[in-house]
Amino acid sequence: MNKSKLGLDFARVDAAKQLAKNIADQVQEFVDGYTTVTVERTLCRLIGIDGVDENGVPLPNVVVDSLLEKGVLNQGMLYFMGNAILETNKNPQQIAEDVMNGKLDLTTLPLHGIDEIKQAVQPYIDACLTRIKGNVAKRNEYLSTIGEGPKPYLYIIVATGNIYEDVVQAQAGARQGADVIAVIRTTGQSLLDYVPYGATTEGFGGTFATQENFRIMRKALDEVGEEVGRYIRLCNYCSGLCMPEIAAMGALERLDVMLNDALYGILFRDINPQRTLIDQYFSRVINGYAGVIINTGEDNYLTTADAVEAAHTVLASDLINEQLALLAALPEEQMGLGHAFEMDPMLENGFLLELAQAQMTREIFPKATLKYMPPTKFMTGNIFRGHIQDALFNMIGIWTHQGIQLLGMPTEAIHTPFMSDRYLSIENARYIFNDMKSIGEEMEFREGGICRARAKEVLDKAIDLLKQIVDEGLFTALEKGTFGDVKRPMNGGKGLAGVVTKGDNYFNPFIQLMKDRK
Amino acid sequence: MSGGLYSMDQKDFDQTLDLTRVKPYGDTMNDGKTQLSFTLPVPCGDEAVEAAKQLLKKMGFDNPQVVYYKELTKGFTFVNCYGSCTHTVDYSTIHVPKVESTVWSMPETDQFIREHIGRKIVVVGASTGTDAHTVGIDAIMNMKGYAGHYGIERYDMFEALNMGSQVPNEEFIAKAVEMHADALLVSQTVTQKDVHIKNMTEMIEMLEAEGLRDKLIVVCGGPRITHELAKELGFDAGFGMNTYADDVASYIAQEMDRRMHA
Repeated sequence: MNKSKLGLDFARVDAAKQLAKNIADQVQEFVDGYTTVTVERTLCRLIGIDGVDENGVPLPNVVVDSLLEKGVLNQGMLYFMGNAILETNKNPQQIAEDVMNGKLDLTTLPLHGIDEIKQAVQPYIDACLTRIKGNVAKRNEYLSTIGEGPKPYLYIIVATGNIYEDVVQAQAGARQGADVIAVIRTTGQSLLDYVPYGATTEGFGGTFATQENFRIMRKALDEVGEEVGRYIRLCNYCSGLCMPEIAAMGALERLDVMLNDALYGILFRDINPQRTLIDQYFSRVINGYAGVIINTGEDNYLTTADAVEAAHTVLASDLINEQLALLAALPEEQMGLGHAFEMDPMLENGFLLELAQAQMTREIFPKATLKYMPPTKFMTGNIFRGHIQDALFNMIGIWTHQGIQLLGMPTEAIHTPFMSDRYLSIENARYIFNDMKSIGEEMEFREGGICRARAKEVLDKAIDLLKQIVDEGLFTALEKGTFGDVKRPMNGGKGLAGVVTKGDNYFNPFIQLMKDRK
Repeated sequence: MSGGLYSMDQKDFDQTLDLTRVKPYGDTMNDGKTQLSFTLPVPCGDEAVEAAKQLLKKMGFDNPQVVYYKELTKGFTFVNCYGSCTHTVDYSTIHVPKVESTVWSMPETDQFIREHIGRKIVVVGASTGTDAHTVGIDAIMNMKGYAGHYGIERYDMFEALNMGSQVPNEEFIAKAVEMHADALLVSQTVTQKDVHIKNMTEMIEMLEAEGLRDKLIVVCGGPRITHELAKELGFDAGFGMNTYADDVASYIAQEMDRRMHA
């Protein structure tokens, strides 16, 4: 391992990772025993079930709800679907349509043997894996032909509510230099226990994540990518109550980056901790397989908790998220672990503390595509100072080799970005990234100085916290308000009713196949 | 710019301040100097610059200058402009409705409540409706507060519950009844398509329907909230940008006192 510029003790880092692994293993032991309604709907989507009924209910919901109502979802959707394929000789989409039309009850058909059932679904599983592998190959082909922008990738958001307007904004952003376009979701989508369908033009503060919208934006970004000679990554959100479903849609439509963090959903959307940790596991397996960079949401802790006092909770959470991702076979390079520049701008030497933390995060996760979040909490409407805050943030981004730089907007806290706001922000970042390109290689951190002391302090406190979480378990830590000062009980929040213990016939071959990169 | 560092503009206007005829100030009284930036949906070029200038004239600016322009993407041109505003307003007759209370520090408010109310004031707050943003309600309620202003949870004489985000009005009101709340704090950050207006109106209607409206101090806040808007929607007070827990806490204490000793 490289020598630490901050004088970090890598033996301590290894100890921290071992503690985080213990926590993640405890969580995984729990997760392995359960499935959820959205995990089962994900399986529907992966084997080709799509569309909605006359009331706009997605067919995956129709199928899974029909099993949930009969109290047999514990055997898994694939069990009944495989059986129905054998009985009807129809494909999963046709079978789902029959269920929708009331022509078929999956639970009353004569049951075949489990091996036969598994064989019946296998062709649909293989077809799905082939399609996703095709998407990975297509991305790699783009990267090896037209290439990509240098890191940190410039990440901007579009949020018009209308996918067609988003396309205009996204293409403009790409032409101005953006490398990653995130389509912000409409307010409240994370709490929907289904994924809306089709192209959408109405949303509050964002645009619905639908498979059709993914397809429209993917096409637009491929076009503009070819035009500007740089692969443009598409980002969306597989957080909320449909984590694995949206991960599946992203895999099928070649998204490149996805927000994916159960802890975020628990803390900031009050989603039930059990539900979302189960959902997260499958979603990460899919993201890992599809070559998607996940983004975790630790930066958000600092919007509710203090950025100086709570820095170690961000690191501790990053360490746990890393281990949870590794359990899902998600490669380190695809880990966009989150952290943020959120200290009070009036704090003396705040820049040095931020710099120390960003460098520390870089050294602790050397291969990760770290996601660095801009100031939001102390953006005031003074767009002129805000532009400078963003400039300081950008300096640290290039200095410490962050992976994805979420560009701050001078108009943060005022409105969703105008086209010109994005231009100003991209210009700011490109200027600084070029002007200070090699500063990280030129500068050293003084022994006994502020930065080294800060990094050591944060690591030490994170280790103390991890020890505590190992002893009490992650669920208890959440109940006590360890992260973001928010308290979430294990049986509270939204979505617990959708958690089901796996039964004797339950099977989900995707997990092993995807983890083995088949 | 060949205009140089020093303004050679003729200053043949009256340079005394007249509060009945106020206009922007650059570096000389009544010069009207204003900076603007905007984007025009037209291709970059001389025509775009001319279009911006004509628009400035229509906005009431003399001597419009486009000091910078840049194509953002094909068919969109961003401009930075200056002009001299020709309009004036009569400052002397302006009346803005404001929350009528004295802003105290946390110890002062606590002391006042001890002396005048004699018990803790119960406050329930939430970001209601579809709004997922907790930044506003957190800034006002959380222990830590915001920018050095401690939140209401830190006050000795408040019992405060922050229900977080996306709380339906029904749940919010039910919790207020359960806790025997004295005051409700509603935070609204997302304001696209005036969704906040609809949501806040609905809440007041629900309170009225249940006969609770007059028993509670009902307060709202957010970046797009003004006291005037709040009053219009049937709230007791509204707190906008640059107001903190101190403003809200001292208002609630004083309003409680007014109501108890009216």
